[in-house]
Amino acid sequence: MICQECNQRPATLHFTNFSNGEKTEMHLCEKCAQEKGEMFMMNNGPAFSINSLLAGLLNMEPAFPQKNEAFQTEQVLQCPQCSMTFPQFVKVGRFGCATCYDAFREQLAPIVRRLHSGNSVHNGKIPKRIGGGLHLRKQIDDLKQTLKDLISQEEFEKAAETRDHIRELERKLSAGQEGGE
Amino acid sequence: MSLEKFINQAVSSWMSDDGPDSDIVLSSRIRFARNLDEYNFPTLFTNGEAEAVIGTIMERAQKTALGFGKLELVKMDGIPPLQKRVLVEKHLISPHLAENALHGAVLLSKNEEISIMINEEDHIRIQCLFPGFQLSEALEAANKIDDWLEEDVNYAFDDKFGYLTSCPTNTGTGIRASVMMHLPGLVLTQQMNRIVPAINQLGLVVRGIYGEGSEALGNIFQISNQITLGKSEEDIVEDLKSVVSQIISQERSAREALAKTSNIQLEDRVFRSYGTLANSRIIETKEAARCLSDLRLGIDMGFIENISKSILNELMILTQPGFLQQYAGGPLRPNERDIRRAALIRERLKMETKEESGG
Ligand SMILES: [Zn+2]
Ligand SMILES: [Zn+2]
Repeated sequence: MICQECNQRPATLHFTNFSNGEKTEMHLCEKCAQEKGEMFMMNNGPAFSINSLLAGLLNMEPAFPQKNEAFQTEQVLQCPQCSMTFPQFVKVGRFGCATCYDAFREQLAPIVRRLHSGNSVHNGKIPKRIGGGLHLRKQIDDLKQTLKDLISQEEFEKAAETRDHIRELERKLSAGQEGGE
Repeated sequence: MSLEKFINQAVSSWMSDDGPDSDIVLSSRIRFARNLDEYNFPTLFTNGEAEAVIGTIMERAQKTALGFGKLELVKMDGIPPLQKRVLVEKHLISPHLAENALHGAVLLSKNEEISIMINEEDHIRIQCLFPGFQLSEALEAANKIDDWLEEDVNYAFDDKFGYLTSCPTNTGTGIRASVMMHLPGLVLTQQMNRIVPAINQLGLVVRGIYGEGSEALGNIFQISNQITLGKSEEDIVEDLKSVVSQIISQERSAREALAKTSNIQLEDRVFRSYGTLANSRIIETKEAARCLSDLRLGIDMGFIENISKSILNELMILTQPGFLQQYAGGPLRPNERDIRRAALIRERLKMETKEESGG
């Protein structure tokens, strides 16, 4: 991804901005993020340190203060489950919960790659139950696509069969998730 | 309590049993990090969540149908600090669990080959600690326990990131595979400075497990994998095994070279250390570790015949502060420990010669 400010350097910093219920994303290179940061700082006083911007990947801080009242925006990544923010994660080096991985997914990729010799995708054991679930979910998704196609082709008899099949798999999936056999 | 009884109670199977290549590889360990899907990680979970995690694991353990016998639950807030320290010294729990963990607990198998730490940095840390060079065996056991736990719980798992752990350095497989190696030959022939960077380059970590910083007390080194993501558990273990096999053969040739070039000097060193251990009245950790390493080398190389090999493993553990104080039945100041340590080592060596004359 290319930096949206300079359109030259690769964007290494990504920010999600929620303002008045609208979500906007910003993808910046370090240099542009720093410039933006300086601009924000001039407007808001020394709310954060510019140096922290460049302190390397693992010390990466967002370019904006957590709560920017002057702008009435919240521009910090936060886990919806445990409320840990990305800067907090960077500071303590520990996640708060499993959902953090989802919340910080995009920012995590370079960090994880650096920690694991360039690897970013799990290639080992899969828990049997969850693994089965993943497998089922994929099968269901595929069948739903088939169902759509059949309906558009007006093959209603086959579509009904497929629908029953999907229902059966969904029952299996939810039984698995509830811890049954 | 007699020393013999104390030792019998204190020694875990990994310290006393023989394993493959146990002249060099003292123990093999596999650790899996796991978390339950439904609770926040120990980083910021509540007391209630911590209790719920223990409850979930306990429930699972009570329905035991696992081939490792009964597992005993030890809660960290239910035992005195000295007992925790002893568990740390035996490598059955981490210092973090002993000191910091909120509602920490551990499930231990009778022979102490298996320990399942609860509410450490992650909800669950499965550890299998086997004597000698048995990484694959330990991995198999860890997998068995993992599958058994998973029958009842939902692990935090992601398609892409694998097992989700508190710390991103464990993400993926959550595996830490390690061996504890006794490498006096490579140290005496001054080859460790060359070997350590080479091992590091292969993505493995080398450190002394006793002593601080780069110093390895008793010439005992721990070698473990660093990365946990992108490779399968089997590959991680196989890669470590192949490096360990190479180190074993280098250590063997170093010992052969020492025997050829300086046999009498080596023999002298071994017997002087034996003399120190058998006679001293005050001995510090560092000197004890050095002498024990020499003694063990002397046993492995055939200079000393009637002493059991497990003496290094046992005494490296039993002469640490926690154990000394437990044996003494109360707290000891450092200088008192040195006196106790010397006494315990002398006694332990006497047990060997008694067995010899008696049997
Ligand atoms: Zn830019
Ligand atoms: Zn979270």
